Amino acid sequence: MTESINFVSNFKKANVASITIFLLSICFIIFKGLNYGIDFKGGTLIELRTETGISASSIRSSLNSMNLGDVNVKKFGQDGDYLIKVEQKETNSNELIPKIKKKLIENLNAEVNFRRVENVGPKVSSELLESSIIAISLALAAMLFYIWIRFEWQFSVGSIIALFHDVVITLGIFSALSLEINLSIIAAVLTIVGYSMNDTVVIYDRIRENLFKYTKISISDVANISINETLTRTIITSVTTLLALVSIYILGGEILRGFSFAMILGVIIGTYSSIFVASPVLKFFKVSYKTLEKKDEKIVP
Amino acid sequence: MLNFSKINIFFIYLIFFLVSIFATLNLQNKNNLFIDKKVNLGLDLQGGSYLLLEINSDSLIEEKIQSKVIPIKKLLKKNNLNYSNFKINDRSLSLKIDDKEKFESLFFSKKDNLVNPYIDDYRSFELEYSSLENNFIEILFSKYGLLSINNSALKQSIEIVRRRIDDVGTKEPTILQRGEKRILVELPGLKDPERIKKLLGKTAKLNFRLVSDNSEFGVDSLISETGETLEISKRIVMSGDNLIDAQPSIQNQRNEPTVSFTLDRVGAQKFGRATTDNVGKRLAIVLDGKIISAPNINEPITSGSGMISGNFSFQEATDLALLLRSGALPTPLNVVEERTVGPDLGEDSIKSGVMSLIVGFVLVILFMLYKYKIFGIVANIALIANLLMLVGVLTILEATLTLPGIAGIILTVGMAVDANVLIFERIKEELKTEKSIIHAFDTGYSKAKITVLDANITTLIAAIILFAFGSGPVKGFAITLGIGIVTTLFTAYFLARHLTSIIVLRNNNKEIKI
Repeated sequence: MTESINFVSNFKKANVASITIFLLSICFIIFKGLNYGIDFKGGTLIELRTETGISASSIRSSLNSMNLGDVNVKKFGQDGDYLIKVEQKETNSNELIPKIKKKLIENLNAEVNFRRVENVGPKVSSELLESSIIAISLALAAMLFYIWIRFEWQFSVGSIIALFHDVVITLGIFSALSLEINLSIIAAVLTIVGYSMNDTVVIYDRIRENLFKYTKISISDVANISINETLTRTIITSVTTLLALVSIYILGGEILRGFSFAMILGVIIGTYSSIFVASPVLKFFKVSYKTLEKKDEKIVP
Repeated sequence: MLNFSKINIFFIYLIFFLVSIFATLNLQNKNNLFIDKKVNLGLDLQGGSYLLLEINSDSLIEEKIQSKVIPIKKLLKKNNLNYSNFKINDRSLSLKIDDKEKFESLFFSKKDNLVNPYIDDYRSFELEYSSLENNFIEILFSKYGLLSINNSALKQSIEIVRRRIDDVGTKEPTILQRGEKRILVELPGLKDPERIKKLLGKTAKLNFRLVSDNSEFGVDSLISETGETLEISKRIVMSGDNLIDAQPSIQNQRNEPTVSFTLDRVGAQKFGRATTDNVGKRLAIVLDGKIISAPNINEPITSGSGMISGNFSFQEATDLALLLRSGALPTPLNVVEERTVGPDLGEDSIKSGVMSLIVGFVLVILFMLYKYKIFGIVANIALIANLLMLVGVLTILEATLTLPGIAGIILTVGMAVDANVLIFERIKEELKTEKSIIHAFDTGYSKAKITVLDANITTLIAAIILFAFGSGPVKGFAITLGIGIVTTLFTAYFLARHLTSIIVLRNNNKEIKI
């Protein structure tokens, strides 16, 4: 361990920072709320391409005259591309889309290409929200269970705290920036759960191995050695994953932008949490080779 | 870990070869090979419409409970059971009855019970009743009665939806049951689903009923196509069920689009009798509770065919004929979810997806070369093999590739090198303490094995849960991510390890730098 970085001495500072950001995220999620897309809120989404001269306000004004309720028009990608979101008013909106289309074609007096039209009813959207929450909870539970059978309960608690940390902060940032939460963001969050876990497991594996190797030194030092030993790998994998993600973010088009942004956030937060959240928990529980003795020594071949 | 038997090597490359050859199937234009498998493009990539329809069983139950009124009254009369205060509610019937015990024995008789049939599949009667105070009872559908009504309505609806969509002639539609009340319809290549939605939104219940102001069955006041209010008998002379064909046609005299229809034998008899007995009267043609037209019966129609006119445009006549041909839906269908992607957006998505894949791939490859030099080449060969196998497995499964699915592939590219990175880093550590290079590689591989497995299983768990709970595009992401993990493990632990072993063994224990 020639040039080892002392991570452990920074655990306290990091923990204070983590807890602050975590609490801040919870405040954002509770008080500002999440900006649900139509997948979870219900409503109608229209992506259209017009001639470049058309402005968002002219689209907005022609829709406002229809008394649709909350209408949101924003630029989407290149010039003349817009995304329109209309809130769900009544349950039966089978007539709504053709009406909007007709109105826009008449009012804008231009060629309008409806590139994407989505409509999600209130029942379906609440079901989608419900199943997404179940999916994320189930993923967390499954991870917890897996770590519990592969390691000991202290590791399980540590990894789950790290996962919560990642998920809550990612959602908190989405709330703070008013970014839309839709189905693909949920997919991203689940992938983050997997990725963060992956990172944590690699460090945990090493910590456990080293606990048996260096029985004389404290858990803090074992953690520090282990984090340093796996550091190159942690960085390289984060870099290659981020390379892939950034290329999706920049080149993958508007539809994947939110998804790849969530993933980029998640990879950064997940990498951080494996080192600065998951490891201190082991220290907190005073894990040592003695607490592990009962179980599988055969892990170290 | 570096020793491979000839058999092992043979199988590793055989599996790789067999799986990745499937990837190449996607390059052929037509099905000129004997294996016809391809990765399907999701609607978000090829463009098209996704509709989720829901049957409305409330109206159906109302209708069904009403249809029980006459049989129950008949049953009571036949068995001399006194009753009073008979009332029809939304989902139930209520009445006051004197001899409840006798009623119960009749109501729950398993033999030839036409009023309350016994459903064998569920071991339950269709109806049940509950006693209220003062000898009042309430008759309603049992849990399984409701279930069986719902299920048969759903099955029938799927059939009719299929007929209507086939009739419109879109290419390769997918029509599937989703849950207990829903039908999923996927229409690839369809740019605007409005016509289909219109066609599916109509139940198309057609009735022929006489215009008359007094009828023993009661009358409905309906407004006709010309705006006059007509009293229409509730008795149905003939319904659309008796139609065997309907076609749009142009009536020559006035050049007016009409729908001509042909009746089955029973229908022809019914229609013949009704028109013979009621010459001079008006016959209303009622579709979904609205009068299409109410022509005079000039002469008996016994030929079993007829014509419906009603100020149609040709398109309307065509659609009406289609609806009548396909039969009536048991309940109205609501579109509860709709997603349509235009073909140009799909094309753009493919372009940007492939572009970001290539760029991400090249960046990762360059980074690995820079970091690991010769072993970077090993990792990169494994990465390319990984990608080939991933596409190969997708092809074997004939999976659907969506835009998030492409993202899953790119993410796999980024994360796949992790397995090799873990191994190489481990070997580096071993090289510090171990004198024998071969031995260092050997222990490196075996020590990293558990970590690599652990790390990948966690991501696999996430992918499986995503697959189970996700819908449409998200499922596509879960598939590529999950398969990507499996191919990653294979390529890292078999292919890359074998390549590494070749380098290490050839090098004959001279110094190696990772």
